[in-house]
Amino acid sequence: MTEMVKMHAVQAINAALHEAMAADPKVIVLGEDIADKEGGGVVGITAGLSTAFGTDRVKSTPIAEQAIMGAAIGAAMAGYKVVAEIMMMNFTTVAMDMIVNHAAKLRFMSGGQTSVPIVIRTLTGAGWQTAGQHSDFLEGWFAHVAGIKVVCPAFPADYKGLMLASIADPDPVMFVEGGGTFFVPHDVPADQGPIPLGKARVMQEGTDLTIVTWSSQSVRSLAAAPALAEAGISAELIDLRTISPWDKETVLASVAKTGRLLIAHEAVKNFGPGAEIAATVNEELFGQLKAPVKRLGGPECAVPFAKNLETAFIVQPADMVEAAKAMMA
Amino acid sequence: MADLSNAPKPDSAALVDIYRRMLRIERNEDLILATMRKGRLTMPFYSARGQEVIPATVSHFLRDDDQISTIYRGVQDMVAKGMPLRPLWAELAGRVDGTCKGKGGGMHMTDIARGIMVTTGIVGSSMPIANGLAWAAKLDGSDRVVVAYFGDGASNIGAFHESLNLASLWKLPVIFVCANNRFAEHTRYEDGTAVDQISKRAIGHAMPGFTVDGNSADEMYAAVSAAVARARAGEGPTLLECMTFRFRGHVVGDNDKYMTKEEKDAAIAADPLPALRARLVAEGHATEEALAAMQAELEAEVADALEFGLASEVPSLDELRRDVFAEEMPA
Repeated sequence: MTEMVKMHAVQAINAALHEAMAADPKVIVLGEDIADKEGGGVVGITAGLSTAFGTDRVKSTPIAEQAIMGAAIGAAMAGYKVVAEIMMMNFTTVAMDMIVNHAAKLRFMSGGQTSVPIVIRTLTGAGWQTAGQHSDFLEGWFAHVAGIKVVCPAFPADYKGLMLASIADPDPVMFVEGGGTFFVPHDVPADQGPIPLGKARVMQEGTDLTIVTWSSQSVRSLAAAPALAEAGISAELIDLRTISPWDKETVLASVAKTGRLLIAHEAVKNFGPGAEIAATVNEELFGQLKAPVKRLGGPECAVPFAKNLETAFIVQPADMVEAAKAMMA
Repeated sequence: MADLSNAPKPDSAALVDIYRRMLRIERNEDLILATMRKGRLTMPFYSARGQEVIPATVSHFLRDDDQISTIYRGVQDMVAKGMPLRPLWAELAGRVDGTCKGKGGGMHMTDIARGIMVTTGIVGSSMPIANGLAWAAKLDGSDRVVVAYFGDGASNIGAFHESLNLASLWKLPVIFVCANNRFAEHTRYEDGTAVDQISKRAIGHAMPGFTVDGNSADEMYAAVSAAVARARAGEGPTLLECMTFRFRGHVVGDNDKYMTKEEKDAAIAADPLPALRARLVAEGHATEEALAAMQAELEAEVADALEFGLASEVPSLDELRRDVFAEEMPA
């Protein structure tokens, strides 16, 4: 029987960083406010690292995202495994050149001479009334760039395992931390090791309908499960966990079984990652679908401030149940 | 501004080495242009004719394990750092024996064996990455140094300021080498830059800054010597503004309407390459015979590289799936 430890996502990521830094002196960390002198990160994810491993390996930086990403890229090219924090996902927008033109492309453009093994940790999500410049899910932007992997965990064990795997990965990884998944304790195996990137997890098996989600939306998917059962719908709930590369095999096998697919994400629906999944299912399983693939996502507006608007912006469990019922009708 | 009056002066061997690197750059570029005119190389090319003293002198002070991060106008920086010309030419031609297997091209070459770590096509982006390479040197406990090359136009982009601040704050072993050729693409220096000297921006980032004649081997020697010594000693970065002029515009083939004929003619009349050659002979640093032999040797190297590069095969289409990630993409 595996020993379980109760921890929430913040503790799980923190544990992964401690383990990775202890195991490999080449793992280094940088970002705004991350050292213990500055509080160990704004929500404490990097707490204790600078005390344990020193401020040479755990460096707080100025508020300068291009400089942060450039330092991460250069050190990674010179043999380090760098975990760079961009405090909020919206702040990646001021470092897009470094991330998109350089981190993602240097392996290819150098003909394989250089690699950029970095993990970009970044927090996001609506629900905290932080409005349009601190809440966006931009995973689809990065999934569209060749050369960078995109990970969006939802549960503490996945946060730990996927962080360990992301640090070990030889290529850049955008590691998206969903604010809506934080601070809820779950059981995590005490010896939780790396979880391979690109593998989804079936949270609940079912036969009528497949629901694919990730990050905060997977938490909402589980919250919708009782109402779905009550409505007599046997839903297969898949937590995608990695957006790029995404686990086509698991999703296609599930939809081949159920014949129905609902994709829900917090990102704006238009041109969102759900469209890629829907198109792939359409290409692969057209004749086997019992209903058109359905997408749920944010409306085409900035994440709003007012609580009622923000609540309406997010795809709620009730919205998912309603969509599922319509697909079964 | 910081004082360079006590800095060392180049001896004969140093002057000859700097000239040799300049001539290698110029002879190589001359054949590139001739080959482009024949239609045998198809690419945008950003000439640095007239700016050779800068990378030649910088590279004179660099070891093999020192690294550079350079820009699209960067072939001269690679040649000066000692990059073999065969893979350089194959890369220019987009061939499989190119240093990047033909996947980067002239604007994006890498040759890690010579410390040519990245060449970027994005203005300003050589600097943030140079900082990371230098951070690694510091963590390694090595005294290797990193050079970030860029132009005057790049000093107005945010990445410049973020990078200088961080390098100064962390005392990184970086030398920021700005080739001020008076034009940002087609825009005159004074129409795009509020401050009269870019080196003054070093003051705001608490590091030494020098404006030197980038066409003078003596001035460059003094400035680079001081900057490299400071970086190797772990004392931090330096900003060098090297005044120069590019003879062949922003990109080969652009019209020169944004500059006057007089200023271009004056710059070409003051061409630093023949000037240094004449000085080597006049001051007895080298004989005519030795310089002629040097030129013949370099021309043979360049001609061989052209032959090799254009004879190399084009990359296989499988290369579309390779090097995206460490693991090959599925077919």
